[in-house]
Amino acid sequence: MRYVAAKSAEEASNFLLQETGVSRVLAGGTDVLVQMKSGMIEPDLIVDIKKIPGIRNITELDGFFRIGAAVSGSEVKDHENINKMLPGVVEALDLIGSTQIQGRCTMVGNLCNASPAADSVPALVAVNAKVNIIGPQGERSCNVEEIPIAPGKTSLKKGEFIVSVDIPYRPEFSSDAYLRFTPRTEMDIAVVSASVAIEMSKEGICENAKVVLGAVAPTVKIVGDASKEIVGTKLDESSLKKMSLKCVEICEPISDKRGTVEFRTEVAGVLASRAAKIAYKRAGF
Amino acid sequence: MSQVHIKTKINGDNIEFLCDPEETLLDILRDKLHLTGTKEGCGTGDCGACSITLDGKLVCSCLVLGAEADNSEISTIEGMSNGEKLHPLQQKFLDHAALQCGVCTPGILVAAKSLLEKNPDPTESEVRYWLAGNLCRCTGYDKIIKAVLDAAKEMRS
Repeated sequence: MRYVAAKSAEEASNFLLQETGVSRVLAGGTDVLVQMKSGMIEPDLIVDIKKIPGIRNITELDGFFRIGAAVSGSEVKDHENINKMLPGVVEALDLIGSTQIQGRCTMVGNLCNASPAADSVPALVAVNAKVNIIGPQGERSCNVEEIPIAPGKTSLKKGEFIVSVDIPYRPEFSSDAYLRFTPRTEMDIAVVSASVAIEMSKEGICENAKVVLGAVAPTVKIVGDASKEIVGTKLDESSLKKMSLKCVEICEPISDKRGTVEFRTEVAGVLASRAAKIAYKRAGF
Repeated sequence: MSQVHIKTKINGDNIEFLCDPEETLLDILRDKLHLTGTKEGCGTGDCGACSITLDGKLVCSCLVLGAEADNSEISTIEGMSNGEKLHPLQQKFLDHAALQCGVCTPGILVAAKSLLEKNPDPTESEVRYWLAGNLCRCTGYDKIIKAVLDAAKEMRS
């Protein structure tokens, strides 16, 4: 195995493009190193992206936060304005691993690991986050949900890697929330998860909503029909119930040691409804 | 396979080493630099026995490549006491008998020190959450938490 620390995004992309064997991007390493140790992967080349200028920065631009690909979970958690505007994203990050892991792990790593149970992914999708990609053809952007295409597989082409995540600022009277079910309170992997982002009018009517489920399908699920059930309402019990049912309908989970199909499906609806209530409260109602 | 030349500062001392690209920082600390206070538990970032700080951040050294540590500042358990004088956390762990076999202890001390630097007055829950990634199979945690809270109190006064 060879190790290189890229000095620019273009250089990193070139290293990845030219490698004929197995290559991996290294940011926090909390998945890559574990996979190497367990023998799941045997990379010929590791491209460390942490030395690329700017890749460890969070910047507040016109209309959105730009979070570099090598920013750790704890750095996002410690950012005051992200906490204020995106509490759901922060709580998702706060559920990933221990303090030690959070000091290293990154949102982009969580996304590119492409686990159906990734905590930060539903939360990022709910708030319309986009990723910026650099590759042999130059730069491109896409929505977060376009990256994972199957468990462990991403849509990134050879030579491409994500350099940053952009999260739009949230309007007034809006908020988000993320909930997951795990048998333990800490250090566990989601059996089911739900993220809900809502934008309210100042009278407390929901104007826009996005309901996203994790771990109930091979990739993250955006439940458009569920959002429709709460738009135009004050998130009363009957609307939330209808929203839950739409969540239940869309689930196509697997049964494994963490949970059965029936359990995951039912809990997805419950979590979505609870997350919506939390987001409603956080929006100031 | 070409080795990587790394320059670091460990517990305040400038240290250089050569490592293989796949060697973890934990293996280098223990096997090359003979800083064996840092322990290997699971080797996969679950147990926290290998906790160190890397550029001020608490991390599991088993999940860091040695090659990544170039130009970094590292603190390990060996740098915790001031010569013969124990750090208040170390002293409180002795006073409260907050250890039995001791394998998890260096990692817990390093992690607790990192907590108290960030938050000198943590609640019991904050200590428990912060140390959730440090597993101890002997003590049942109670004495550890008490020792950390007591050390925090002493360090504030």
